[in-house]
Amino acid sequence: MDALIQSLIQGVLLGGLYAAIGIGMSLIFGIVKLTNLAHGDFLVLGSYISLVVTSTLGISPFLSLIIVVPVMFCIGFVVQNTMLNKVLSKGAEPTLMITFGLSIVIQNLLLYFFTADARNLHSSITLKSITISDGIRIPVIYLISCVVGVVVILILGAYFKKTYQGKAIMAAADDLEVAQLMGVNIKNIYGLAMGISIATAAIAGVMVGMIYNFYPTSGSSYLVIAFAVVVIGGMGSTYGTLVAGLLFGLAQVLGAHFFGAQAQLLTGYIVLLVMLIFRPQGLFSK
Amino acid sequence: MSDYLLKAEDINAKYGDFQAVQGASFDIKKGEIISVIGTNGAGKSTLMKAIVGIMKPSGGKVYYKGEDITGIPTHKLVEMGLIAVPEGGRVFPRMSVLDNLIMGSYTPKARKERNQALERVYELFPILKEKANQAAGSLSGGQRQMVAIGRALMSEPELVCFDEISLGLAPTVIKDIYATIRQINKEGLTVILVEQDVKRSLKISDRSYVMLKGKIVLEGNSQELTEDEVKKAYFGL
Repeated sequence: MDALIQSLIQGVLLGGLYAAIGIGMSLIFGIVKLTNLAHGDFLVLGSYISLVVTSTLGISPFLSLIIVVPVMFCIGFVVQNTMLNKVLSKGAEPTLMITFGLSIVIQNLLLYFFTADARNLHSSITLKSITISDGIRIPVIYLISCVVGVVVILILGAYFKKTYQGKAIMAAADDLEVAQLMGVNIKNIYGLAMGISIATAAIAGVMVGMIYNFYPTSGSSYLVIAFAVVVIGGMGSTYGTLVAGLLFGLAQVLGAHFFGAQAQLLTGYIVLLVMLIFRPQGLFSK
Repeated sequence: MSDYLLKAEDINAKYGDFQAVQGASFDIKKGEIISVIGTNGAGKSTLMKAIVGIMKPSGGKVYYKGEDITGIPTHKLVEMGLIAVPEGGRVFPRMSVLDNLIMGSYTPKARKERNQALERVYELFPILKEKANQAAGSLSGGQRQMVAIGRALMSEPELVCFDEISLGLAPTVIKDIYATIRQINKEGLTVILVEQDVKRSLKISDRSYVMLKGKIVLEGNSQELTEDEVKKAYFGL
């Protein structure tokens, strides 16, 4: 029984992290109608930038977010405005090509500057855990990253619901021309959305960097997680992404619990496959 | 020139090689209603797009309050009080009715007046208050048109350009919407109506322009123009 409860807790905590990994991709999927194949690589880029900041300034990875988030926001903004906006009107393929290209470039830049060695973001709390009972322990870092994931999503939800800027992004997603007619400067609106997307990826990147080792090529595995979360939750649905993250996390951990550790990834993707068959538009898609 | 709130001179606009508007000119004084009448494909919607900055005209000049506004981006024009209601009651379908209206007050100037403007829109269209929290995409065609009009009014405009407002709506709904337009015009709003419906346009407007194949082929005082004369120009007979 304890082992099952432990798995459930682990699954929920992992789910919060997964939601954080996926939210940025969902946002861009839903709003700019763009599949960002470099989402995972931007996430890992966030991990590396945090690594540089923490090692130069000697601060904790959490504090490094103060620098990492704005830097990554700017990168997202610039990438959207200088590369992606130009080809948006030409259909889905050119943006796929560009983001795929970006993915390769980021990986190789990281390889060049950081070598292929495994890295991680050291923090004193990485190994701490809260003991609930003999068989149930909550790893603090998972708890924090889950909370961070949930908070990021709640903030984004409020941003889209309460602020003019957030509403303008949603309006542009619904009807770009009419948003323009209402006075939205659409030239920057997608850049803003991409900046936010990449900034959330960077936050997730710092969290996973404290939990797992990362390499220049780690991005692809995070892209797959993000993709799964987006598909399950429904593209562009903020809270759907949160629920999808939890479902995906639980599916993996419970799969490992019942069928052994080697089944962890597989059960997650079986859930994804079932979703694709029965509800390809996602759970919360309107 | 400063007699006119808006003056368009010799506007040309193209889609690729296709010249949709070929040297169209018109003007409108403060407080007027003018209609731009024409069949589907006559170029009237394109002309409006060129006026409100959605499209860059390939030739000609647009003056608003005596100032050259040719090629100025739409969001700046909205701030200057020039706004368009797009054809077919185009709302933001996934957003609530209230959020749609709030988007109308997007410019800094309009944000300050938002609550009064919202009250005003609810007064004009009480049904929108009832449906405030419903997704705009779930409304009927007429109600969506009300959202689109209300949303434009939220921007504190001086000149509103209604594009094919009656398209696809039931006659009773059209009548109500026209009555509303007349009312807001009486309160000081200047109105451009882009229409296919000859009879209705002549009845409501002060002056009319008839467009055919990208050109203005007839213009005049709406009461002096006969329906026959307009129809001939309209079809190019």
